[in-house]
Amino acid sequence: MSNFNASRRRVLKTGAIAGAGVALPTIFTASSAAAFTNEPTGGTVTLGFNVPQTGPYADEGADELRAYELAVEHLNGGGDGGMMNTFSSKALQGNGILGKKVEYVTGDTQTKSDAARASAKSMIEKDGAVMITGGSSSGVAIAVQGLCQEAGVIFMAGLTHSNDTTGKDKKANGFRHFFNGYMSGAALAPVLKNLYGTDRVAYHLTADYTWGWTQEESIAAATEALGWQTVNKVRTPLAATDFSSYIAPVLNSGADVLVLNHYGGNMVNSLTNAVQFGLREKVVNGKNFEIVVPLYSRLMAKGAGENVKGIHGSTNWHWTLQDEGSMAFVKSFGTKYGFPPSQAAHTCYVQTLLYADAVERAGSFNPCAVAESLEGFEFDGMGNGPTLYRAEDHQCFKDVLVVRGKENPTSEFDLLEVVEVTPRAQVEYAPDHPMFAGGNLGACNPGA
Amino acid sequence: MDAILLQILNGLDKGSAYALIALGLTLIFGTLGVVNFAHGALFMIGAFCAVTLQRILNLSFELVDETQKDFLGNPLKVKTPYVEAWFGPDIGGSIIDWAVPLAILFAIPIMIGVGYVMERGLIKHFYKRPHADQILVTFGLAIVLQEVVKYFYGANPIQTPAPDALNGVVNLGAAIGMDIVYPVWRVVYFFFAVLIIGGIFSFLQFTTFGMVVRAGMADRETVGLLGINIDRRFTIMFGIAAAVAGLAGVMYTPINSPNYHMGMDFLVLSFVVVVVGGMGSLPGAVLAGFLLGVLESFASMNEVKSLLPGIDQIIIYVVAIIILLTRPRGLMGRKGVMEE
Repeated sequence: MSNFNASRRRVLKTGAIAGAGVALPTIFTASSAAAFTNEPTGGTVTLGFNVPQTGPYADEGADELRAYELAVEHLNGGGDGGMMNTFSSKALQGNGILGKKVEYVTGDTQTKSDAARASAKSMIEKDGAVMITGGSSSGVAIAVQGLCQEAGVIFMAGLTHSNDTTGKDKKANGFRHFFNGYMSGAALAPVLKNLYGTDRVAYHLTADYTWGWTQEESIAAATEALGWQTVNKVRTPLAATDFSSYIAPVLNSGADVLVLNHYGGNMVNSLTNAVQFGLREKVVNGKNFEIVVPLYSRLMAKGAGENVKGIHGSTNWHWTLQDEGSMAFVKSFGTKYGFPPSQAAHTCYVQTLLYADAVERAGSFNPCAVAESLEGFEFDGMGNGPTLYRAEDHQCFKDVLVVRGKENPTSEFDLLEVVEVTPRAQVEYAPDHPMFAGGNLGACNPGA
Repeated sequence: MDAILLQILNGLDKGSAYALIALGLTLIFGTLGVVNFAHGALFMIGAFCAVTLQRILNLSFELVDETQKDFLGNPLKVKTPYVEAWFGPDIGGSIIDWAVPLAILFAIPIMIGVGYVMERGLIKHFYKRPHADQILVTFGLAIVLQEVVKYFYGANPIQTPAPDALNGVVNLGAAIGMDIVYPVWRVVYFFFAVLIIGGIFSFLQFTTFGMVVRAGMADRETVGLLGINIDRRFTIMFGIAAAVAGLAGVMYTPINSPNYHMGMDFLVLSFVVVVVGGMGSLPGAVLAGFLLGVLESFASMNEVKSLLPGIDQIIIYVVAIIILLTRPRGLMGRKGVMEE
């Protein structure tokens, strides 16, 4: 049996030395490779572009991918620099991000939440992507945003218009540049009032999923505030192709405005069916019957052809804008690909530059540092006027466009014309607005 | 009352498409005993025959107009279709305007050819295999075909309008003092479907070829023992079934802009129609097509949806379950078909 003679002084001394020994490596490794998920250690950094490459939005996904490739080219110093020349922040130098050459991997969301999560997971775990971006659906955006939050990487959303993305489903690691349903309502309402008056009866046909519900709520609230009545809100299956049996009841409903809360193929088919049934020639309540498509997409409008003529809606951005940033982007994109970019391409390009800029300003790829750098960031020169990335919900606030199907298009791209650029102040709302209630941004997760 | 009549019209119109596709499916199943899951793809290929002809008729040459600029500020290249250059803007414009009806003539030989190649090249190797194998191979073929179409035409819907003269609406209730406004092209589609269905039934009923085919459907072995090459006739019937599906697709393009996925949208519904009508029964397929079309339309009415929310999404399957529980062979199914 051995004797152990411990004095109080000796115990304290030993404890202090042991404590310092344990603490020392942590202090020294605070910025080491294990500090956050997929910290780039070599001369390159990998971004993950998660877009629909198959499925109904594959063409929109292809345009997003073109924009991402253009953004990577510009970040690495290639091409004419595009919007990097007009961006108000001058942190980007065309030498990659923090001096690391930008590389990318792509995933296919298939516009299915589970497939999108699987491809994002693969890009994070196998390819070491430090940021995920893309998508053409709110259901997908919300699913991938949740995954990125858990994995500890930044998610820069692509085309997602549901209020929920930065409302009840918002996450600290997720950021949205695209506008939302509330903003569409706020931008459209004054234009609709001027065009159609305050005494109108509206009938909503709504795609039965998160985006459709929040847009319907937003547009109904905005038009009812004008004095319009909402006579009916009918949910239509996402898989519906022939909307004739949903359009027919509109004819005898007493409504004089049809609001189509549809996107993509749904929008093309429901609008085509509504025009076929002669709604646009009808006179109801002594007024011409009108159709409104709150969220327009030029790529989708092409499928509806002449049926879009004279029909109003809203959009995040349009290639005919004459500000310096938009013109620079259209020139870069058009020279490289031979046609003008879509709004989906624009938001994806801008999101990539915004992420890269935030990293440069933060001096780190750590998602929490990047998030802090993006929160409350004010910028300009990216095509939508002065813009704020609001800290409270990670939603961008900027001007919103009201557009109309062009009566006499001069080319296959010239389908929409900008009717009004709605100023940012008109589409802003409080972070605790009831339409965005119920969510919690939570804390940033650096992962690792 | 107007609303009910409108939904009946809508149902008949939807039913027309279901009946045409189901008719082709039943023809193939009745003659060759093959469960063809690629039949929806034939409907889609037919629709893209119309798209292709429209593009052919719109083939253009370009002239640079220095007075106009494109989106990059370069001189605009103005396109003029060859058809308009050859026949003048009026006649050329009319030819382009009538692209969809003209596509009927364009599609028939193409669809018969596609059907012939599909049957001889792939499906004949699966005649003696279990139905599960047939379903797998034809479903795989359908996916390949739609991906090929997507590769060449993209994923977005492509507008393929009806001729101007057949656009717009007609008041079908004017004669009885009612206001039943209905799209002209949908009326055309209904009568076109009735014509095709009548033509197929007449062909099978009143021609020697049809008589042999019907005999072969009833007892293939005996017809073979009589020295008749029934296989060759069945191959021709496969081509005819493909043409029927293709024509249904051609005429459907002005109703909904075609996309690569449209065949799959109709496939499952059409199989339900065949099962409800009775496997192998041509009249059953037509009857079930119209019946389910009308029921689907009624289920979309607000009054019905308020009583049974979501019924519009499941009505066809509910009806299928009820009919199969009460009449396991379907409405007009024959004893012995798919019961071995």
